[in-house]
Amino acid sequence: MAIRIAAAGGARHHPTLVDAAAPLPAGRHRVVDGVRRVAPLAVAVAAFGVTFGVLAQKAGIGSFAALVFSAATFAGSAQFAAASVLSAGGTTAAAILAAVLLNARYLPIGLSVAPALHGPWWQRLLRAQVVVDESWAVSHIGGGRYDRRLLLGAGATLYCAWVAGTAAGVAFGSLLGDPAKLGLDAAFPALFLALLAGQLRDRRAVVAALLGGAIALVLIPFVPPGIPIVAASAACLIGLGSRGAAS
Amino acid sequence: MSAAWIVVIVVSLATIAIKGAGPLLAGGRELPRAVAGVVSLLAPAVLAALIVTNALASGRHIVIDARAAGVAAAAIALALRAPILVVVVVAAAAAALLRAIGA
Repeated sequence: MAIRIAAAGGARHHPTLVDAAAPLPAGRHRVVDGVRRVAPLAVAVAAFGVTFGVLAQKAGIGSFAALVFSAATFAGSAQFAAASVLSAGGTTAAAILAAVLLNARYLPIGLSVAPALHGPWWQRLLRAQVVVDESWAVSHIGGGRYDRRLLLGAGATLYCAWVAGTAAGVAFGSLLGDPAKLGLDAAFPALFLALLAGQLRDRRAVVAALLGGAIALVLIPFVPPGIPIVAASAACLIGLGSRGAAS
Repeated sequence: MSAAWIVVIVVSLATIAIKGAGPLLAGGRELPRAVAGVVSLLAPAVLAALIVTNALASGRHIVIDARAAGVAAAAIALALRAPILVVVVVAAAAAALLRAIGA
């Protein structure tokens, strides 16, 4: 169902996103362009950060530990997964496994941005940390190429939003009540849908999205959370032999 | 050390390693052309999977609930060319509304 929605939502020429993602040649973008592209998403990410701060406290993760978690891990879905396992009384190992599986997608994602990140090893390691789904998606300049400045601007903005949101959630969370009542859990997939709409630049991208969604859907009942997303990345193999034509 | 701290430290170190692996091993090098064709499709494939799992998965179960309705509302907002923040708010509001009326 959501797959058909994803396809329908993929209006080819979505003004906000496609214009924002208009393929300038690599190197013409500035860090501030990355900040600008991701600013509307940063608002949503800050709200998720607040939610995480609230849930972490309910899961018995202390205020300081929750802040360290957001600052060092910077990967929302994995942090939510770990917190929810702990809060359901799961073991330490189960919480770690759930989070690591959810983050496994950052292996192929990290490889995809590798050509854009150069410099000494510690700089590459540091810059790789600002990669999250949203900063990755907005820094895609087409044809599988990623712009370093867009990535850094977008990533740093989202990082600040995420950590500040977590701090606010930890401090004032008790005033908010149940995040599900506010519909925040539906905001997450909607955010990804909007990002996907900006990525559907040609037929191959639409096919990859449909296939990736289908793989994930089929696998949900059979494997632990996180694995369906990693498996779905195999859908990009339909691009084999197509030589990565510019978007 | 509490269980929570162990989770925070281990998950953080693992994530730093996972995110850093690609740029550490292959940083600054152009991908071979065959690989570039594949990588260009990684974003749509992974984003679609994130939509499906976030909207429909509840653990290992597929559930159609207020989240799916929220995403459907978001799709309509997108088709009407709403800005991204509006799309997200529409999804959250639709889900919240459905839950409030107990649907």
